[in-house]
Amino acid sequence: MCRLLFSVLSTFLGLTCVTFFIGRVIPIDPVLAIVGDKASMATYNRVRSEIGLDLPIPVQYWRYLIKVLHGDFGNSVITSQPVLQDLLRVFPATLELSLMALMIGVIFGIPLGVIAATHRGRWQDQVIRFGSLIGYSMPVFWLGLIGLLVFYAKLGWVEGPGRLDVSYDDIVPVVTGLITVDSLFAGEHEVFWNSLGHLVLPAAILGYLSLAYVARMTRSFMLGQLKQEYILATLAKGLSPFRVVWVHALGNVWVQLVTVIALTFGSLLEGAVLTETVFAWPGLGLYMKNSLFNADLNAVLGGTMLVGVVYIGLNMLSDLIYPLVDPRARERR
Amino acid sequence: MSDTPLLTLRNLRVVYPGDEGDLVAVRNVSFDLGRERLGIVGESGSGKSTTGRAIMGLVAAPGIVTADEMRLAGKDLTSLDERGFRRLRGKKVAMILQDPKYSLDPVMSVGQQIAETHRCHFRSSMNAARAAALDMLAAVHIRDPERVYALYPHQVSGGMGQRVMIAMMLIAGPDLLIADEPTSALDVTVQHQVLAIMDDLVRSRGMGLILISHNLHLVSSFCDRVLVMYGGRVVETCAAGELSKARHPYTRGLLASLPELGRRRAELPQLRRDPAWAEG
Repeated sequence: MCRLLFSVLSTFLGLTCVTFFIGRVIPIDPVLAIVGDKASMATYNRVRSEIGLDLPIPVQYWRYLIKVLHGDFGNSVITSQPVLQDLLRVFPATLELSLMALMIGVIFGIPLGVIAATHRGRWQDQVIRFGSLIGYSMPVFWLGLIGLLVFYAKLGWVEGPGRLDVSYDDIVPVVTGLITVDSLFAGEHEVFWNSLGHLVLPAAILGYLSLAYVARMTRSFMLGQLKQEYILATLAKGLSPFRVVWVHALGNVWVQLVTVIALTFGSLLEGAVLTETVFAWPGLGLYMKNSLFNADLNAVLGGTMLVGVVYIGLNMLSDLIYPLVDPRARERR
Repeated sequence: MSDTPLLTLRNLRVVYPGDEGDLVAVRNVSFDLGRERLGIVGESGSGKSTTGRAIMGLVAAPGIVTADEMRLAGKDLTSLDERGFRRLRGKKVAMILQDPKYSLDPVMSVGQQIAETHRCHFRSSMNAARAAALDMLAAVHIRDPERVYALYPHQVSGGMGQRVMIAMMLIAGPDLLIADEPTSALDVTVQHQVLAIMDDLVRSRGMGLILISHNLHLVSSFCDRVLVMYGGRVVETCAAGELSKARHPYTRGLLASLPELGRRRAELPQLRRDPAWAEG
C-alpha cells in the first residue's frame, strides 16, 4: 500500500514537471496573450512580473505546483472562466463516451479474442483478426463520417451529432454529468433514449478501436495459457472444452487483461479528441482541440494535467484490482 | 477381478504428419494391463508419454492415433469421439502430470479444483462436491483438509501439490491411473512418500496403474511389470524383479549406465543406440 502511494505521488510530480516544462517551451507567450500585441514595453514587463515569469525557474515551478494542488490552472482565455470549472463541465461528456466505448470494447473484444485463440488458423480466427486490423488502421474521423452518413443520414437508426436533441436540453438536473445515468435517475425515459441514440454511434466507433486492441491482446494471452500444463490436467479430469477455455484459461488471462483494459481506457480519452470533433461532442477532446487552436495555454495544460491524473488513477485502480483476480498478488501486499 | 484385462492395446500407432515425412512417435505398441502396476521406462522421446496420452484421447492435433484394438474395461476406444473420451476421462481413466507447480490452475483454490472433477462427473451439488473433496484430501494424508482446501497452488509445497493432484484425479473413482513422471519434479525426500500414497490408493481401490518414468530403480521397485520403450517401440517386457536379467541390449545398456553406491568406476559406460531397434 505504501509502495503504491509512493509510486502515485512520484508519477504525479513527474507529470507536473512535464506540464510545467511544456508550458515554458511552447512558442506561445502567455504575457502577450494577456496584454495583446499593441501594448507598450512597460505594460508588458509589468504583467510579466505580475504573473511571476521573471522569477527563477525552480521558484516558478514551486508556485505552479502549489497552484495545481489547489486546483488552480488559471483562467481560460476563450471562456474567461477558471480552467478547472471548464474541465469539470466537459469531462463527464467524455467520461460517458469513453465508458460506453470501453464497455463495447470489453464485452465484444474479450469473447472475440477467446474465439480467435481457440479457432487459431481457422476462418473464425482470420475474420476476427482481419476485423481488428481494420479497427486498428482506419482513421477514427473517417469511420465517424461514414458512420454518420450511413446510420444517421441514410438509415436514420441513430441520432446525429451532439449529446442530446436541442428540445431535450436542460430537462434533466445534472447529478453525475452522464446524461444517460442522470435521465434514468430522474425517470425521464424519453431523454434517456434520445441521449442513448446520440451516444451509441460515437461510442461504437471509438469502442471499435479498443475492441480491436482488446481482442488481439486476449487472443495472444489465451494462446499462451492454452499451452500450459494445467490445461492438459483440466482436460484429463474430463471437463468440457467450454469450461476449460472460459473458466480456467480465461480466468488466468484476466490477470493480464486488467492492465490492458486500464490502459485502453486511458487511450480512449485521447482517441476522444478526434471522435468528439467529428460528432460535435461537447467533451474534453473538443475542449482541448478548441483551446489548442486558439493558443489557450492554461486550458491546454489543465486538460493535459487532467488526462495525466486519470492515467495515474487508472494505474492505481488496476493495481487494486489485481489481487481480486490473482491470488498470487494477494500475498505481496 | 474379472478375466478380461483392464486395458488392451494392439498395434497402437501415433503419427505426426509433417511436410518432410511423418514423425512416428509410437510404433505398434501392444500390451495388456490387468489390475496391476505397469511401469514404462525409456529415454526422452521414446514415446512413453505419448502412449499414455493416446489412451486418454489427449494426443493434440495434428497427431493421429490408430490401433488395431484399444479397449478400456471392455469399451472400444478406437471408435470413440471426443465427447465419448470426455466421459471416460477422470471417471474411468485419469492422469497425473509431472509438476504440480504447472499442472494446477494457479487462480483457483486447490479444493475447488478437486471438487470440480466431482461436480463434472456426478453432477453433484456444491456442498456434496466439497465434502467429497475434503474426504479425498484426507485420503491423500493431508492433515488439515479444511485449511488446505482454501489454499491456492502457489501456497502448497511440491509434495502437497502432487497429493492434491492425486486427489483431483482419483475423486471420480477411475479404474486406471496413468502417472506420467509423477515424482520427477519433487524432492527426493518426498518422492517416496507421494508414491506410497498413490500406491496405497491404487491397491486399495483395485485400480490399474501405468507409471511412466525414466527412473529404472523407481519403476522396478514400485511396479509388477516393466515395459522398456525405445524409439516409439516396446523393446522389452519383463517382470520388475527380473529387470536385472533383461536381455535386450538397450535395457542392458540402461542398466549398465546406472551408478552404484560402493562401486567406484572411473567412467560410466556410454549408452549405445542402434537404429535397428526402433525398426525391428
